[in-house]
Amino acid sequence: MVLVEAIILSVLAASTPLLLAATGELVTERAGVLNLGVEGMMIVGAACGFGAAWLSGSIIVGALCGIIAGMLLSLIFAFMTLGLAVNQVATGLALTILGIGLSGLIGARFVGERITTAPHLYIPGLSDIPLVGRILFGEDAFVYLSLALIVAVWWFLYRTRAGLVLRACGDNHVSAHALGYPVLRIRMLAVLFGGGCAGLAGAYLPLAYTPFFIPGMTAGRGWIALALVVFASWRPGRLVIGAYLFGAVTILQLHAQGAGVGIPSQFMSALPYLATVIVLVLLSRARTGGSTAPAALGTVFVPDR
Amino acid sequence: MQLVLEKRAERSRTIALISPLIAIGLTLVTMSVLFAVLGKNPITALGVYFIAPLTDSYSLQEIAVKATPLVMIAIGLSLCYLANAWNIGAEGQFLIGAVAGSWIAVKTQGTEAGHWVLPAMLVAGAVAGALYALIPALCRVKFGASEILTSLMLVYVADLILDYLVRGPWRDPAGFNFPTTAEFDPVATVPVLIEGGRLHLGSIIALVVVACAFVLLDRTIKGFEIRVVGVAPRAARFGGFNSNQLVLLTFAVSGALAGLAGIIEVAGPIGHLQPGISPGYGFTAIIVAFLGRLNPVGILIAGLFLALTFIGGEQAQITMKIPLDVTKVFQGILLFYVLACDSLILYRFKLVFASRQVQSGAG
Repeated sequence: MVLVEAIILSVLAASTPLLLAATGELVTERAGVLNLGVEGMMIVGAACGFGAAWLSGSIIVGALCGIIAGMLLSLIFAFMTLGLAVNQVATGLALTILGIGLSGLIGARFVGERITTAPHLYIPGLSDIPLVGRILFGEDAFVYLSLALIVAVWWFLYRTRAGLVLRACGDNHVSAHALGYPVLRIRMLAVLFGGGCAGLAGAYLPLAYTPFFIPGMTAGRGWIALALVVFASWRPGRLVIGAYLFGAVTILQLHAQGAGVGIPSQFMSALPYLATVIVLVLLSRARTGGSTAPAALGTVFVPDR
Repeated sequence: MQLVLEKRAERSRTIALISPLIAIGLTLVTMSVLFAVLGKNPITALGVYFIAPLTDSYSLQEIAVKATPLVMIAIGLSLCYLANAWNIGAEGQFLIGAVAGSWIAVKTQGTEAGHWVLPAMLVAGAVAGALYALIPALCRVKFGASEILTSLMLVYVADLILDYLVRGPWRDPAGFNFPTTAEFDPVATVPVLIEGGRLHLGSIIALVVVACAFVLLDRTIKGFEIRVVGVAPRAARFGGFNSNQLVLLTFAVSGALAGLAGIIEVAGPIGHLQPGISPGYGFTAIIVAFLGRLNPVGILIAGLFLALTFIGGEQAQITMKIPLDVTKVFQGILLFYVLACDSLILYRFKLVFASRQVQSGAG
């Protein structure tokens, strides 16, 4: 029972960065922009977040710096793809390459340092309930924040006028423009939101998941987050399920490695990546009747005047 | 005030030629600022990065050695990108090629095997790379799965396969437990061109690849089809070109080239299989492909230039204590500028003031 509780707790922790990054990317893609730079924004968020937390001694300052770092990087992306109409795929790759270099540069002096990770909630009584107590009432603040955020995003996309306009930009930018909506400005805000989420997701890793920073610590989570958005068919509800499923795969393979199953550890480590490929194939196949992707996803828009 | 793009009537040829140079110029300015921020003298640092490696024979050979995999991979990637197929997993295909070729080297180690070993290794590397690249290509063609994500995921898988082999079954028993295979036999090694030097046969192969790609794109129907599918998919459909087949073809060719580059790197400059055989060649090659304007000759020049940054970066780390990550930052910034300048080929940039915007909006 203790083991089950421990596994569920670690699954929640492993899923949170995926959920945060994927939430941001979902909004970005719903506005019609494909930002492949999530991995780069995450790793810079991790480096800046850890650096700020170590210097200031505050997890909140660290998280804010992670968010700002992610937003700054996404601003470069927005300028390139929206302002200069550059190919989004290529720019996203450039952002990832730049991000990996920058994080190494920024994080170099913090490698080897440790911080105290974000505290877990404790409500006397509630958190002590056997089994569910710690799982429901004993997480760190980021876990609750990530869930609140995805609910807010769902409400925004499907229950507000602004959300409808954002989705319109993603489905048909020409019509949205003809109706007088500032397509590029809306897209820029969506890209900024995505960057902030990716930065926060990256910062979560050294602030709450492990108490230190190492170069390349995101280990492809940004790319998995991108795959999750496809997995979720661009819907917030399914995104939560997908993120927790992937978190579970990551944790279960770690436990299997620890238990010394007779399979080489490298094969277990490859599982989350292989699972991503298989899920992408199965889902894309099930969807042959018509794509659920935003229709204008990844296309360049230059308003005519 | 607002930045507005105005579409040119036709592609600007002048800008197509000079845009990589503008991009490099802007990158150098940005790097000078970065060096100054790091507390280094920008002029000295740029000198160490870009001039010093050109002044001695050892570094010049080393540039050619580093450019070899970059050019080979980038040529393959350029075919994919021209056909609008996004292979970003060349790093994985490079590793799998290295693994497949090394398999022959490891199995024939210490036997009487003759001179067929190296050619067999090269073929195995190319075939394995092509097959590995066909996985994402087939996933896209058959199931519509994004080749960007699948090809990238397979990079991590390839890395783990290599790691398993050199720590497990293929580990050198006399290697003091280091994760590496034994040194390859002489018949399993890519020969050097100059006795005692570093330049090896792989560089010649890379030049042949450049020439073949030039002929393919410029003189054959297949090359024409690849370019049409990328630029005008609708026209290509009316022309009866099979775009799915071209996705498979370009992926297979680029995988084969990446795999070949992988085995050449392992059987040449490195001499054995170990983790970390690539400092990110597969990703840097993406920059090489774009900097070279997806053109074979351009890629050759761009490959030499980016190889220079690898060598310069190493020297700057040794002599000026500039972190190696600066090289990656440099490469990332360079790609940004290249893409931004490419936008100038299709568009004119204009600054428009708010009052005029209202007029044009009314009119």
